[in-house]
Amino acid sequence: MSDSAPIITFDRVDKFYGDFHALKDISIGVREGERMVVCGPSGSGKSTLIRCINGLEFHNSGVLTVDGVEVYEDSKHIYRLRQEVGMVFQQFNLFPHLTVLENLTIGPIKVRKVSPSEAERTARKYLERVRIPEQADKYPSALSGGQQQRVAIARSLCMESRIMLFDEPTSALDPEMINEVLDVMVELADTGMTMVVVTHEMGFARKVADTMVFMDAGEIVETAPPEIFFTNPSSARCRAFLDQILDH
Amino acid sequence: MSIADTTHTLKGRALPQRQPLAKMIDSVTFSVIAYLAIVGGLVLLAYNGAQAMGYNWQWYRIPQYFYSFTEDGFQWGEISIGLVKTLTLSSIAFALAVAMGLIVALLRLSGLVVCTAVSVAFLELIRNIPLLVLLYLFYYVLGPIFGFDRYWASILCLAVFHSVLISEIFRAGINAVPKGQWEAATSIGMSKGQAYRYIILPQSIRFMLPPMTGEVVHMVKSSAIVSVIAVAELTTIGRNIISETYMSFEVWFTIAAVYMAVTLILSVGVSFVEKRYAVDT
Repeated sequence: MSDSAPIITFDRVDKFYGDFHALKDISIGVREGERMVVCGPSGSGKSTLIRCINGLEFHNSGVLTVDGVEVYEDSKHIYRLRQEVGMVFQQFNLFPHLTVLENLTIGPIKVRKVSPSEAERTARKYLERVRIPEQADKYPSALSGGQQQRVAIARSLCMESRIMLFDEPTSALDPEMINEVLDVMVELADTGMTMVVVTHEMGFARKVADTMVFMDAGEIVETAPPEIFFTNPSSARCRAFLDQILDH
Repeated sequence: MSIADTTHTLKGRALPQRQPLAKMIDSVTFSVIAYLAIVGGLVLLAYNGAQAMGYNWQWYRIPQYFYSFTEDGFQWGEISIGLVKTLTLSSIAFALAVAMGLIVALLRLSGLVVCTAVSVAFLELIRNIPLLVLLYLFYYVLGPIFGFDRYWASILCLAVFHSVLISEIFRAGINAVPKGQWEAATSIGMSKGQAYRYIILPQSIRFMLPPMTGEVVHMVKSSAIVSVIAVAELTTIGRNIISETYMSFEVWFTIAAVYMAVTLILSVGVSFVEKRYAVDT
């Protein structure tokens, strides 16, 4: 796996919100099929980092390349790029006026110009995969948080994305629903999908991550494989953070 | 259904009873009687006043202005024709106002400096001119310049005036859709136009329907102002009938009642639609 080429590359990327320096000189690469888990205290820039990858935010300097395409605001390729990169949000962000099935098919039909019948076939396949095929005709509001998040994952999969970004996918869930979402994500990892996951679920990270990244104050402080990251992190800041969240 | 109707056996002590007087004032019967007394008193006062000035009531002459049977058979009266004119005028103006309002709102929200400036300038300009003055501008100034008659001057004036109010409804409705919906639409590769069309606008409809109803009613009512440039709609017809018959009390009561009937029907109709569009989040 380490021999495959990077599909996402940050090269000396900086990002500001007004005067606030959100990303500081970020250089990192994600290889095809790699599962990267990003953690760090809130406000450390981890959400900003992954939101830059599909152009929900735009960085201010440096070069960010995704699947061979440079990401910047006026890029003509940005819409095509976003189809390649799926995103799962903390708050699910399902479309409340559409049924579950319509949530899954609207992207393929309107953006990818897939025929409705084919889009529906794909949608049902992925609903099966996230284990809620029976909810297809319900509206999102009728589903539990865990089910909604699994629909959101299926919605991204329906776009046949090659890269999946997860922005704290379990943080808004009731505790008993976290595992059903993590299980789906573990299965997804097993299919060889390239994944960048911002999460505090360290059990999940241990299980699937190829690379752990620790961010603090807009900087990448530590990058290491999980075996080393959890047992012997080199920076004191990272050790302090891990002590806090792993203690109990 | 009160608790007493259920089959539960309540073990706790009963709550203290309310004061009898407070209970009576709160009752429906008392409210109806009080309401009738107040309205009846006002009507009586008005009637006595009219009697005192020796007003000659001629209500029997009113129905012919709605419809009549002559030797030619059934015929619509002037008020009915005026009402239809009012309704067509308001509908065309409203349709134009919605289209213009949407454009103004989208320009305002576009984030492009030029577009925002244009729409804000338009908004401030129209919002700070009285409707009557705007109507004179359209009829006496813009009409001759661009060559439209009084009918179109009144339609355009109403459309422009209301487009400003409607654009604010659109803007509020669009802003009421959570930001996450934009992000979700963007993240599946939708362009801004697609996101508006398939995700944002369908959701903002339910935020916009209640104030839009108010705007329809407002439009029908403010259309009365075009009577000052003698467009033959309901209010103008009323004035004409009075100048022929001097029945000002009966005619103005009738015209007011017709406006009220129309706006009430509209309100009820739209609240029906609202229920159909109600999506729970």
